[in-house]
Amino acid sequence: MSSNKKWFSLNLSNSKTASTSTCGCGKSSGGCGSHSDHQMSDHDFDTAVDAAIGDERKKDGFDQVFDVQMDRRTAFRKLTASLLIGAGAVSSSCSVVADDEAKEKAQIDWEEQFKGNYKLMNDDEKKATVDRLVRSYQIRKGKTLNMSSKDAEKDVLFGYAFNISKCQGYMDCVSACVEENNQDRNSEMQYIRIHEMKDGKGFNFNEADDNYYHEVPAEGHFYMGTQCFHCDNPPCVDVCPVQATWREDDGLVVIDYDWCVGCRYCMAACPYDGRRFNWSTPKVPEAEINKNQHYLGNRMRKKGVMEKCTFCVQRSRAGKNPACVEACPTGARIFGNLLDPDSTIRWVLENKKVFRLKEDLGTEPKFWYFMD
Amino acid sequence: MRRLKVFKSLVRDSLDTTTQGSKKYHIWMAFLTFVMLVGMYCYSVQLEFGLSATGMTDRVSWGLYISNFTFLVGVAAAAVMLVMPTYVLKDIDFKQAVLIGEGLAVAALIMCLAFVVADMGGPSVLWHMLPGIGVFNFPASMLTWDVIVLNGYLFLNISIPFYILFRRYQGKVPNPKIYVPGAILSVFWAVAIHLVTAFLYQGLQARPFWNNALLGPRFLASAFAAGPALIILVLAIIRNFTEFRIEDKTIKKIGMIVAVAAQINLIMLVSELFKEFYAPTHHSESAYYLFFGLHGKTALLPWIWTAIPLNVLATVLLTFGKLRNNLKVLYFCCFILFVAIWIEKGFGLIVPGFIPGPYGKIAEYTPTGIEMGVTLGIWALGAFIFTILAKTAIKIETGKLKYRS
Repeated sequence: MSSNKKWFSLNLSNSKTASTSTCGCGKSSGGCGSHSDHQMSDHDFDTAVDAAIGDERKKDGFDQVFDVQMDRRTAFRKLTASLLIGAGAVSSSCSVVADDEAKEKAQIDWEEQFKGNYKLMNDDEKKATVDRLVRSYQIRKGKTLNMSSKDAEKDVLFGYAFNISKCQGYMDCVSACVEENNQDRNSEMQYIRIHEMKDGKGFNFNEADDNYYHEVPAEGHFYMGTQCFHCDNPPCVDVCPVQATWREDDGLVVIDYDWCVGCRYCMAACPYDGRRFNWSTPKVPEAEINKNQHYLGNRMRKKGVMEKCTFCVQRSRAGKNPACVEACPTGARIFGNLLDPDSTIRWVLENKKVFRLKEDLGTEPKFWYFMD
Repeated sequence: MRRLKVFKSLVRDSLDTTTQGSKKYHIWMAFLTFVMLVGMYCYSVQLEFGLSATGMTDRVSWGLYISNFTFLVGVAAAAVMLVMPTYVLKDIDFKQAVLIGEGLAVAALIMCLAFVVADMGGPSVLWHMLPGIGVFNFPASMLTWDVIVLNGYLFLNISIPFYILFRRYQGKVPNPKIYVPGAILSVFWAVAIHLVTAFLYQGLQARPFWNNALLGPRFLASAFAAGPALIILVLAIIRNFTEFRIEDKTIKKIGMIVAVAAQINLIMLVSELFKEFYAPTHHSESAYYLFFGLHGKTALLPWIWTAIPLNVLATVLLTFGKLRNNLKVLYFCCFILFVAIWIEKGFGLIVPGFIPGPYGKIAEYTPTGIEMGVTLGIWALGAFIFTILAKTAIKIETGKLKYRS
């Protein structure tokens, strides 16, 4: 952990590999999700393979299949997988009336209903569920989605800075966000809130208005935006009873919409009003759907699940800025890789007087405010 | 094999018992069934339209369901107040009351689970929480702790009375060596279920109104006041309508428990009020909203200002032995105390936690008709289950229901 940085705690060293024993969250035990276990020497790998399937090499016939040592998780995974395929096959082959497409649809729905948690999936399983979702959309709507399951890249930790002096409250970021992330149009769900504050009152959120309908910038006011801060120590992640939300290696706090049970405990635990719930089935007009999607990002949600800002994971992992950053006409929003010493965000953090909201709660947001 | 036969006969006999009764009994059960059906209809509406059928929003994301859940965990925990003297301290007075108390705990726990399920956005994917096939985020999430302790407590409270009644049914004396360890365990377990439920809220640094060290102890105190108060009322009804004999002495002793718990609860309330209002900080705004309203938003005022006087009145009346030992006064006190604590620990606790919001936004919460329908339905479910359990238990206890080999 770098102790010479005044914003503290986030490990901003260039090579992440040098510090695999600890990470930004300050824990070395794992659990924060930022520990990578891919650094294994060849020798270690061979030993691990031996430990796992050493016996199988000497066996033949059905012994290879039935006489395998496996841990509980693998056993359950295999059981579930075979159950899925079997039940799906039965349900689709036993129906005599349905045509091929309806059968395929039923098969997809079945497998989607009983799939596992995305966080625990391997790459093949991730790809399989994405393929199913794309195919399902194709069958239903006749249109093709472009859905990604891209994982976090190495040596990337996303951070965000907001220039309070520049923001004029135009809310272009809000509309760009809604369009980019396919948010429910009926309930007018918005991830970003722009708080209109009175000059001379300081950062007084109590007297601020986050729901204004008048010409901006209003005389004697300044503006401040909030959204999910992608905390490095996110309280929302710990409380989830099913691990449907977690912190990715690049610092994004994401949700598996299909794994969420909708208890809204994370919502109560978030000190930043960063989370939103689908109180009814989200509706987006077909023509307005953004078809460039990510599994953890802007794919279509269903009713009764949580969602939130993902720093536009479908864009940020493709090397682009989030929609709010791109849409901002004043340049108040800055986004980038905290581990890249040449990034603008690093320049801001090192040269401006930055601060974060509710730092006393120990949540370590990766969202800083500053002024010119 | 013999046990199985006895069990089969017990099930058949209890079915007979629960389906036969006086006219009043049938009207009561028909009424409960009707309310349950209305509740189920309301729940089907909620399933179809999603939780938007309730008054909850992104600003106040827990409401009537979680309020009732919190309160009922307390009622369930309070069964221990009868278990401990009976089984552990060998106080004979409570022996008749304890089976009723445990039955009440079972009904309350089933209501708790029903309220949690009603509050879920995706009840069809609840299997995600099952250890083994799903992901059980234990020990990080307090909600998983709550799932464990609630189900464990439900198991204890079903198995202990079942063992006792099963022996009595056969005309045998239950073996204390078998049920006393379970009873002792359930004493600790009862404290655990309520403390864990308090930690559910207490552990959220985002909500200053809940994030306070007194919440857990206060939960216990209010539970041990409201739970036994309900038990007294139920015993009074049972005494009136069945031949089950419950001594005045028993009811008066439980009354003393209620009085002591209510006094402790009141002391803690004073301590809380002092902290919030003597040197108010930014974090006292929820309390201000609850007791005085904020910026003209005053939805909770009528409720809390009903609860506090009722609470104080009941506690004062119960404090005087002469008044407390007058059964009519005792029943009255128990009733108003129960109502007061239901308000205070229900939405008087849950709703202000969300108001003002993280950035000071004040958006009020009013439950919808659908929400109230589901809530009433679940309460009717609890009453239904309790009636069935109590009726069978009383028949066995009075020796009218016996195994005929």
